[in-house]
Amino acid sequence: MQPNPSDNPKILLVDDDQDLLDVYKQILAQMPSKPEVFTAANGARAVAMLEEQSFSMLICDLRMPKMDGLQVLSIVRRKHPQLRTVVLTSVIDEEFRSRAYSIGVDLFWFKPGTDREIHLFLECLESLLGREDQIGFRGVQNKSLVDIIQLECISQNSLVLRITNGPLVGKIWIQDGEVIDATAEDLSGEVAFKGILTWKTGSFESLPAEPEHPRNIQKSYNALLLETVQAIDESQWQPQATDAAPAPANAGALPLMLLSRFEGAEFALIVDSTPAGPFEARGLENPEALANWARQTMQRFTPLADALRAGNLEQIECLGPQRSAGLAALGANILCMGWRHDLTVDEINDRTRKALIQWAS
Amino acid sequence: MGLLNLFPKAPGNLTRLPSGCFTVDRTGEVVASTLPQSFSAELVGEIATQVLATFRDAQAAHLPLTELVVRYASLKITARELRGGAIVFLTPQTLAHTQN
Repeated sequence: MQPNPSDNPKILLVDDDQDLLDVYKQILAQMPSKPEVFTAANGARAVAMLEEQSFSMLICDLRMPKMDGLQVLSIVRRKHPQLRTVVLTSVIDEEFRSRAYSIGVDLFWFKPGTDREIHLFLECLESLLGREDQIGFRGVQNKSLVDIIQLECISQNSLVLRITNGPLVGKIWIQDGEVIDATAEDLSGEVAFKGILTWKTGSFESLPAEPEHPRNIQKSYNALLLETVQAIDESQWQPQATDAAPAPANAGALPLMLLSRFEGAEFALIVDSTPAGPFEARGLENPEALANWARQTMQRFTPLADALRAGNLEQIECLGPQRSAGLAALGANILCMGWRHDLTVDEINDRTRKALIQWAS
Repeated sequence: MGLLNLFPKAPGNLTRLPSGCFTVDRTGEVVASTLPQSFSAELVGEIATQVLATFRDAQAAHLPLTELVVRYASLKITARELRGGAIVFLTPQTLAHTQN
């Protein structure tokens, strides 16, 4: 029985050379998953096609007129973070390979010239497509982190899970099927574990067990997972039940209080990035002007990322004679942390990143 | 399949990340630059405009600033305030370059 073509993965192939598009379309058709292959002859067309329909994967050349591949990938990584992205190029230059990975592409591949190289390339693409999931963790298809931990615990495994979600990095220690500890930057134990489990997407890797690692979580994994999942469910249910406007109102007073307790913190401000959106502040007498400035500043530098082909805007640090500040975005919200003026730029960078992690948790 | 590489494309407009600095006065005019000429003057002007506006608006929001560091995934922009103008450093942040 023939599979329904609509179930097959959709690949968008971008190259300004029509002959190559035709050749690669035929080559990709050999893949076991029988993808539907669409083509675009320039970056602008590709971006437009991605807006019109959903794809499983984008394969993009680097050297193209007008909008080059790095620019296309910068836009795509920001607008469609779940899309698998592959660079297929003849540019042999370490700088561009490094930049592509900095932007967040999944695979960088020199245009294959032999049957063997084509075979390897198709295997890599098939593997990437196999990992596709809208919500879930790369490495295990359609599994949430809760599922993954449950599987490891039921199997009585011993290992360390290293989980990465954008700028956030966490570790969970599992020993003989029990969760014994977790860390997420400066958080540890149960708090870190619960924080990590709120991450909906990301990637993880299994590291060797560390049997000597001290046990900081005493609860059984069942109780721990149950409590955490309940807490997540409740937090997701509350805004819908009250029909309240989306965050930052949902940030609440407690997270702001915790943020303002960071050493060297003078204020904490959470701003909805939409124009004239709501904001919440702690430690500021007149936060409106600063909220507008934070919103404008992020809006100024975010579009520049595409023009510079420099990848996503990650963080901004501002030093002043009276106080300094750190800005970072998470979803539709902006975190603006005020810091003591005597902190160095590296300290502001580090503490703002940690505050972002705390807030995300 | 060597056919695929028979007709390599001519070098296109793939630009390298800029590395260097420029100075801009309070009116937004670039007065000195060590950036490569291949880096678009339009983009230099755009960075200058956004940096000056950020310093100016921060002052208006009672947060006077002396330095601004904008971190992209592969580029860092460091701007220091110079009596209404600014000196702006652009530093690539890819694996091939030193971090921070």
